Amino acid sequence: MQIKVLGSGCANCTRLESRTIEALEALGMSPTVEKVTDFGAIASYGVMSTPALVVDDVVVVTGRVPSVDELRTLLRVSV
Amino acid sequence: MGIAAATAVWVAAYALNERFWTWLLAEILGLDLETRLGSALLFFTYDTTKIVLLLSGIIFLITLLRTFLSVERTRALLGGRREGVGNVVAAGLGVATPFCSCSAVPGFIGFVAAGVPLGVTMSFLIASPMVNEVAVVLLYGLFGFRVAALYVGAGLAIAVMAGWIIGRLRLENWVEPFVFETKLRGQALDPSLGLTFQDRLAVAREEVRNILWKIWPYLLVGIGVGAAIHGWVPEDFFVEYAGPDNPLAVPVAVLLGIPLYSNAAGILPLVEALWDKGLAIGTVLAFMMSVVALSLPEMILLRRVLKPRLLGTFVAIVGLGILAVGFVFNMVV
Repeated sequence: MQIKVLGSGCANCTRLESRTIEALEALGMSPTVEKVTDFGAIASYGVMSTPALVVDDVVVVTGRVPSVDELRTLLRVSV
Repeated sequence: MGIAAATAVWVAAYALNERFWTWLLAEILGLDLETRLGSALLFFTYDTTKIVLLLSGIIFLITLLRTFLSVERTRALLGGRREGVGNVVAAGLGVATPFCSCSAVPGFIGFVAAGVPLGVTMSFLIASPMVNEVAVVLLYGLFGFRVAALYVGAGLAIAVMAGWIIGRLRLENWVEPFVFETKLRGQALDPSLGLTFQDRLAVAREEVRNILWKIWPYLLVGIGVGAAIHGWVPEDFFVEYAGPDNPLAVPVAVLLGIPLYSNAAGILPLVEALWDKGLAIGTVLAFMMSVVALSLPEMILLRRVLKPRLLGTFVAIVGLGILAVGFVFNMVV
């Protein structure tokens, strides 16, 4: 499973990244998250409001930072 | 804590704020509120409480309402609009849509690559930070309805006009070419869909916490300096040195505002103190607008998608609009 956090490095993007890692650890999965900061690449996912979470090239969250619990559910469903 | 209980606590705190601090400072600490120290302290404690209450209440409400709108939906509403009407709709949506300046670049690419005209996109990007909810709420709380309404009206007018002019100038060549080459693949996910009401409440609560956490140092410094001005700067000081008749007051205010970014919350208590001492209304509004709409960090971000000439044109047009607002209000009001 390939997990990416899209965002330019603002506070919300960092928060999404750390919560995603926390959720992955809680699920016993490898907490590897790729950060995508290039604006062209971010836009090419159709994302206009950062941060966004992309699982296996599918955008699952954009424009907000869900709680760790919600992320856990999202990631479990995406497996 | 339930919503009803929170609302009751909020209303009670807001109503008792001034009485509480007056009582604490005068009766308990035995300060004379007519002295400089006393009046500065009352200004500081009362204003801090009032601003924090206003900010938490209004950010909560606005964020809650905004979870029903999104940039994705805004783009759909703007698609296919012609210039003119498009600029007006874009400026209005710029106020209503949840949009953080850190999303300015992906937002810009998303709009332009999807065929929203450049000028219409610019109207959105100007209105969004300028008529910013924090600024408007604080203007209302500190200056009253009239000043807040003037600010909103003038801000929207600048966003519509500046976007329209940029559209007329046909500056598409000055946008970095990769923007037009970006292929938007896949279906954009609309963040406003699929949330329960409980989710929306959680989003609003978190936004209040984030914003207050981000701005409290600026807020305290701003109110502190405001309190000092309040206590120590003589009455009508600015009438003498920067009154409506001084043609330099507005340009100087605009220039001072550019490096002061995103601190609408910190700058407003200061502006309030300046206003109390006789700084003219146009100068006050121009300063505010410059602080929130012309910000160095956002320009650096936008440089990624706008060539320097377009960025310069953008700053010049918005800057001229702000100057005009300052002069007109100094003359008329």
